[in-house]
Amino acid sequence: MSGITPIVMPKWGLSMQEGRVVEWLVEEGARIEVGMAILEVETDKIANAVEAADAGTLRRRVAAEGEVLPVKALLGVMAGSDVSDAEIDAYVAGYVTPVADEAGEEAAPATRFIEVDGLRIRYARRGTAEGTPVLLIHGYGGDLDNWLFNIDAIGERLPVIAFDLPGHGQSSVAVPGNDVAALAAFTGRLMEALEVGTAHLVGHSLGGAIACELALSQPGRVASLGLIASAGFGDEIDEGYTRGFATAQSKRDLKAVMEMLFADPAAVTRQMLDDVLKYKRLDGVGELLGRLCDGLFAGGRQQAQPGLRLAGCGKPVLAVWGREDRIVPAAHAERVPRPATVAVLDGAGHMVQMEKANEVNRLILKHVAG
Amino acid sequence: MARKISMKQAINEALDQEMARDPSVICMGEDIVGGAGGEGERDAWGGVLGVTKGLYAKHGDRLMDTPLSESAYIGAAIGAAACGMRPVAELMFIDFMGVCFDQIFNQAAKFKYMFGGKAETPVVIRAMVGAGFRAAAQHSQMLTPLFTHIPGIKVVCPSTPYDTKGLLIQAIRDNDPVIFCEHKNLYGFEGEVPEASYAIPFGEANVVRDGRDATVVAYGLMVHRALEAAASLAKEGIEIEIVDLRTLSPIDMDTVLDSVTKTGRLVCVDEANPRCSIAADVSAQVAMRAFGALKAGIEMVTPPHVPVPFSPPLEDLYIPSAAQVAAAVRKTLKGGRH
Repeated sequence: MSGITPIVMPKWGLSMQEGRVVEWLVEEGARIEVGMAILEVETDKIANAVEAADAGTLRRRVAAEGEVLPVKALLGVMAGSDVSDAEIDAYVAGYVTPVADEAGEEAAPATRFIEVDGLRIRYARRGTAEGTPVLLIHGYGGDLDNWLFNIDAIGERLPVIAFDLPGHGQSSVAVPGNDVAALAAFTGRLMEALEVGTAHLVGHSLGGAIACELALSQPGRVASLGLIASAGFGDEIDEGYTRGFATAQSKRDLKAVMEMLFADPAAVTRQMLDDVLKYKRLDGVGELLGRLCDGLFAGGRQQAQPGLRLAGCGKPVLAVWGREDRIVPAAHAERVPRPATVAVLDGAGHMVQMEKANEVNRLILKHVAG
Repeated sequence: MARKISMKQAINEALDQEMARDPSVICMGEDIVGGAGGEGERDAWGGVLGVTKGLYAKHGDRLMDTPLSESAYIGAAIGAAACGMRPVAELMFIDFMGVCFDQIFNQAAKFKYMFGGKAETPVVIRAMVGAGFRAAAQHSQMLTPLFTHIPGIKVVCPSTPYDTKGLLIQAIRDNDPVIFCEHKNLYGFEGEVPEASYAIPFGEANVVRDGRDATVVAYGLMVHRALEAAASLAKEGIEIEIVDLRTLSPIDMDTVLDSVTKTGRLVCVDEANPRCSIAADVSAQVAMRAFGALKAGIEMVTPPHVPVPFSPPLEDLYIPSAAQVAAAVRKTLKGGRH
């Protein structure tokens, strides 16, 4: 039955085991183009659209709206008109959801730790074995889960490494310094420790500034730059966010701050807030974020703008912004030195790699394919 | 954060980490070191259910075995707190508080107020609460409302290992007297807990489940009964929102009011006796402050107003069940105005 293409429950991020089908966006019998949103799926962290990887005709909606299904469960079937309904019935009846390899996950945990300069750093390796790796660098206050919609999509082409910056996520509650240069130098040493010679750097927000700085100070480590809602292209930044994130104590205060990150505030789920609060409550994190905020954004201004010095660096540059970014203004996209591929996406805020994951993934994959 | 530990281990870890961090933290209680001090047995016991097991080996004489005289050592702990220590006294069963009421209600709770804010009493009194342990009327009570009634005392009753560790660390660092209520039937309950130290602020309720149809307010073991009820109600298409109060004094009414404003219906679940209970308090405050949002009468699910029975079948009937919670939710949905 070579003409049948299954649509399966995606795996978004390291911890996703099941998702709920919110709504079908396409009728049975409809023609589907690559990249078209087929249905909406919700996890305990966020909701997003499942997009078509292949073109075809939607022949069968297998999953019902509201149904909770494991990763890789069959959601629907695409096939050409030469495939009979009976063949599709047989395919659906015969489909076996690959068991979430719990034993396998025990053997190879989703994340590992490595010690660099006395700091314990959490990282995840995904993707293919061959090729120039893509290093994902999250932003201020973030962690490697900020890439939950991106890591596996990029991993289909290249090896991917995501990590928690020092003082972030589950890495040690300490930083090598409170400026972009210190964080960039540390990232270089992390690459060395992970035995990564050269990588495509993809950085979000502060992570973008770190990537720019590393491209300037250690160009040999950098194959290309993918800059997502990047810092480092001007001094504007929303201090209400940077300071508010450091100081928010309660879920209520944090919710108001986190909602600034998205074009659609409904993206901020209870689970997302719980995860961030669990990090923020760890001894020393509040003070550390306060010091980072003082160092990186003194007076509510970005102190380092390495992006403006990229002209002539010779690295391919991709810059992506969400048009409704309230943290680092999308207008900074105009300041990215050319030549560069620049995209400003509608309907997205600062977390554009989550809100417009499929578009951002396509842009990154095209960019790293050179 | 894949590591899972039990609530009992979470308490042990919080005590261990705070004792390591702050030399003024000491522990006192009956049998918390072990046995009667005989060689080789000292470490074996660690409290009546082994919660403090192993701490003596790490922290030595900062764990003190006390005589079987609650009034004496609770008073001593309060005195030590007033003099700059941070004692954690284990009272075994909260039912034994009766003989220490003057020390707690009249002394610890009042120092800050009666000495113009100049005296702090950073004492934590840990005690087991709740029924279902086949331990009869004198070892099974949920006395949270008694302490919540007294200004100057903070009252905590966690439902998960994560909350237990963070709230106990906060209790130890807090400068006011804290009654820390541990449900004995949750001691074995496991959940993910970070290895590092963290504190959860008091006065912040936790919405443990989102829902649109009714708000269920609970704490301690009752949170789990509410979650069971939610699973069965969901099959009928009813989605309840569950608010875990976590701390009863201070209490986070804002979160409760926000939720009731959204759902329009309230069910309060409390393992304490119904009169003057946490359920009664929350119900009254919601009726007073969010009456306009209510689409139906408030329901309370509590035990009957009798002592905890010793007969096992009767004890099981005494504790509010998931089925009772679900029935109360259905009642608010049927009896409402729309």
